[in-house]
Amino acid sequence: MLVAFAVFSMLSISSSARPGSGAIGGRASFEGTPAKAHTIDMSMEPSCAKQYAKPMSAENVVTGPDNALENVVVYISAGVPDDSTPPQPAMLTQKGCRYAPHILAFQVNQDFQIVNEDQTSHNIHPLPSNNREWNKMQPPGAPPIEDKYARAEFIPVKCNIHPWMKGTLAVMKNSHYAITAGDGDFKLPNLPPGNYTITAWHESYGEQTQEVTITGSEVKTVNFVFKAKAY
Amino acid sequence: MRVLKLTEFVLLAVGLLAAAGSAAAQESHIGRWTGHTDAGKPLYFRYCWGCHGVRGDGNGENAPYLNIMPRNFVAATFKCRSTPTGTLPTDEDLANSIQRGLVNSNMPSWSALTGQQRADLVAFIKTFSPRWNSDKAGDPIHVPAEPAVNLEGIKRGKEIFTKQECWKCHGTEGRGDGPSAASLTDNSNLPIRPFDFESGSRFKCGTSNDDLYKIFMTGVDGTPMPSFVDVLKPNEAWDLVHYLRTLQVKRKSPELRLWESTKEGAEIVRAAKFAGTPTGSGVN
Repeated sequence: MLVAFAVFSMLSISSSARPGSGAIGGRASFEGTPAKAHTIDMSMEPSCAKQYAKPMSAENVVTGPDNALENVVVYISAGVPDDSTPPQPAMLTQKGCRYAPHILAFQVNQDFQIVNEDQTSHNIHPLPSNNREWNKMQPPGAPPIEDKYARAEFIPVKCNIHPWMKGTLAVMKNSHYAITAGDGDFKLPNLPPGNYTITAWHESYGEQTQEVTITGSEVKTVNFVFKAKAY
Repeated sequence: MRVLKLTEFVLLAVGLLAAAGSAAAQESHIGRWTGHTDAGKPLYFRYCWGCHGVRGDGNGENAPYLNIMPRNFVAATFKCRSTPTGTLPTDEDLANSIQRGLVNSNMPSWSALTGQQRADLVAFIKTFSPRWNSDKAGDPIHVPAEPAVNLEGIKRGKEIFTKQECWKCHGTEGRGDGPSAASLTDNSNLPIRPFDFESGSRFKCGTSNDDLYKIFMTGVDGTPMPSFVDVLKPNEAWDLVHYLRTLQVKRKSPELRLWESTKEGAEIVRAAKFAGTPTGSGVN
């Protein structure tokens, strides 16, 4: 009975503590011709408009060279246990009447903070389906707004005063996630051997999943190609 | 009467059980009344389900014809609360909404129901969302005693209205025609207009100065109206309440009378009354 207990406790400790040395890497790209991103007219908010030498483009589809697709959230949706919550808060900054980063990824129950670096008030209105909806005003110079979410979800966030401001809070179940930048590349390291389901999510082009198996310390390549939409 | 076949009977029984609500039975406590789910259920299916739907999700038979959609009890996000934004309302908040109705929407005042019936309805409504099992109602925000109305307070309230940028949605005269007003959408992405103070209408969530205090301090969840409780101190909030009453130029109030007795106030009120029809359809 003691032996069984010892073996059980060893097994349960090892499944969450061993980081693993395999990895999944790849690239997110699009095929076809994306719609031309429309420019944002910020003239109703001169304190923000003047921060842009030329007007900003809408960020629902951001592309890079060689058909790279930016702002794709790639994460492991099955095959890893949920991770413990990181202690440091994730930060969303409102600057130039824009959310930086455009997509903020953090874990379930991890604190996140929202700061306002503009000279105008913003109201922060996340619109979850599976978490609490709230709406708070944040004038310039106000302290950061802090909160956290209990369930994994992609939550659109907007400012009602400035209707072009759109972002996403990507609440993740575990720590294995990455967001593609201008080259479209992503890497998910520290994976022990196992069967994984990876999901790639783009706010306009939808979601795709692929299955991957890691057997040792190799880097498996997985690429996601999204169909561009004409409008 | 046609006798149901066994399969039809089983399906009907399952359907009825499923429609009975997703959460365990609830109680409500409002004043001297205690409400019970099983007493509220027949009331709901007599009075409420036509708009609010069999599943309580706001998709009743009448819903496609309504401009402002009926409340979705499954999502459990409520406009009219005494509790902070993002938290559940108290039982009394829900009973008040039923009794008062929501003005300028299709939710009528159910003052014809007794207090016990409203308490039973609140208990039943709370079974539509599992949130009522996992979360407690928020702590009502503290509303300090209202200070006496005076001109300095109204003038401070006017500065707050400008500094907090209320005018960006509500407009400088509070007509709901600010620069951001036309682009506002609610949490279902349907267009929504900010409150038009000039119309003199009652507020969606009440009529008194206390109600107005709670409206902007707790925010109107599900709409673009945010909560100001972290941004305004209580005395600032009361100054804003008194100033907002002066924007309701068609409604007699002590604040308006005091404001009109000054040269500045009299000019502003005269201009507001003269300006003609407000923009938009007038739906608040």
